[in-house]
Amino acid sequence: MTKEGKKGKATLQIEDAPGAVSAAERSPSGARRMTLNMGPQHPSTHGVLRVVLELDGETITSAKPEIGFLHTGIEKQFEVKKYQQGTPLTDRVDYLSNLTNNLGYALAIEKLLGLEIPPLAQWMRVMLCELSRISSHLTWLGTHALDIGAMSVYFYCFREREEIMKIMEMFSGQRMMTSYIRIGGLALEPPRGWHKVVSKAVEQLAKGIDEYFNLLSKNPIWCNRTKGVGVFPVDLMLDLGVTGPMVRAAGVRIDARKDSPHTSYDKFDFEIPTRTGNDVYARFEVRMEEMRQSVRIVRQALAGMPSGAWQADAPHILLPDREKMKTQMESLIYHFKIVTEGFRVAENSVYQVVESPRGELGFYVVADGTPNPHRVFMRTPSFGNLQALGAMLEGQLIADSIAIMGSMDFVLGDVDR
Amino acid sequence: MKKRWRKRRPSVLPEIAAENPTALAVQTEYPEAIVDAKVASDGLVLYISPLLLTPVCRLLKEQGFERLTAVTAVDWWPRSPRFEVVYFLHSIKNNVRTRVIVRLKENESVESMCAIWRSANWYEREVFDLFGIEFRNHPNPERIMMPADWEGHPLRKDYPIHGFKYSYQDE
Repeated sequence: MTKEGKKGKATLQIEDAPGAVSAAERSPSGARRMTLNMGPQHPSTHGVLRVVLELDGETITSAKPEIGFLHTGIEKQFEVKKYQQGTPLTDRVDYLSNLTNNLGYALAIEKLLGLEIPPLAQWMRVMLCELSRISSHLTWLGTHALDIGAMSVYFYCFREREEIMKIMEMFSGQRMMTSYIRIGGLALEPPRGWHKVVSKAVEQLAKGIDEYFNLLSKNPIWCNRTKGVGVFPVDLMLDLGVTGPMVRAAGVRIDARKDSPHTSYDKFDFEIPTRTGNDVYARFEVRMEEMRQSVRIVRQALAGMPSGAWQADAPHILLPDREKMKTQMESLIYHFKIVTEGFRVAENSVYQVVESPRGELGFYVVADGTPNPHRVFMRTPSFGNLQALGAMLEGQLIADSIAIMGSMDFVLGDVDR
Repeated sequence: MKKRWRKRRPSVLPEIAAENPTALAVQTEYPEAIVDAKVASDGLVLYISPLLLTPVCRLLKEQGFERLTAVTAVDWWPRSPRFEVVYFLHSIKNNVRTRVIVRLKENESVESMCAIWRSANWYEREVFDLFGIEFRNHPNPERIMMPADWEGHPLRKDYPIHGFKYSYQDE
């Protein structure tokens, strides 16, 4: 009796000591429960994402992502801009793969207008979109590897990405916010000598991708950190709105490039890579394979690029050639009309899906007969993917949360819009 | 409530949508539900009465639409009914997309679809945040994009582009 009494007293004294953990804070397993605030300025959240983690020792019991720190009201801005003024806004949504955003918006408006796009513009769009997919995946690979601790991959990836940036600059004069794909075709004529530059870069990329794959897949630390981590049931993933490489790594073959072919993607020979591992490593494999497929598409585009016009024949929608505008009265009138009034789109609505590097990117455009869109809704892939983060992190170790977040590849500009 | 629907005459599908299997399934099960239908370039568009939205969505999920891709709204102010809530459905197996649209008057609420598709959660929160449309029985009816103490709903058409707080006319 006396011994027990003493024991009780002793424990009481420990609990009263400063910094001690009370019994209420302890979980049944004896580990300490705590709430950890991750972000909005955490480097591995790749932007401004805040995740409130409830921890039991090192295990995450619940995770609550909070978004909206980068909300810029782009959808509201669309409503006060003319249709053609909306293209630069789409660049700023998913800033790592802006050409895919340009393409989705342009395709939606072209569907509303019933515009026919010449083959050269379509093939050029495909080639540049695939290059921007490689660029986006390289950024993902570099930062994802950096988060897990493989630093050298980061430098290699950004070195290759620089080559793609140079191509973008050559085509549009801009490295990142290119706005190169416009309603009705391309912004500018493809520059002289583009074929040589792109083919050189693609050969370098093809070599580089295999090198980085070997660098990581044969690295035992990388394999230990990624294999079997972040497994999540497929049906739950689809129920939560996840798309893109995440579900393809779980064995579901959905890809808008094959399912709803647009921009003559049906004329290219490529595969949709899938894996059944459903873990961080499988997502890595799928994205690496996607880069190889993109290289394959770019090579096909280089080999079979058609010739002809790079813009649709629609003088009331597209700005005329500068030379024509200065010499022909009609072109001058069109130029004046488009710049001052814009073009009108008949009352209708369309939902256009394209495959962004992150998943399904949808543009829902409602036209009301005026030169301004009535409503532009962007179904961004990152928003849908991020919704699953809370459920995915539950029951995982806190150190794995970084690997899981990295494998989702979200862009916060894409989430918050 | 139920009796009032029964008294209404069953709507007849427009000819263009009559051959669509999804439209037919909804038509045979809930003839009162379809207000209007059309076939757009991306698939079928069904205008559903807000009272029958939940059973129709349950039926559509059984029909193979396992994914709710997104939920959004369109403000038609000053027209009435003011809002359209749009549900984008996708069936992976059949490779079909469908839009379900519900027309709502101002201050009218609609049932949350979170019990059918979990992805509705954040999208409905976004619609509530930016349009002020309330979703009944939503598990977490809070703002998602704007700060919790924000006044007004920015994507409404009567909300100025620069907000209410600042006036640029004095400068």
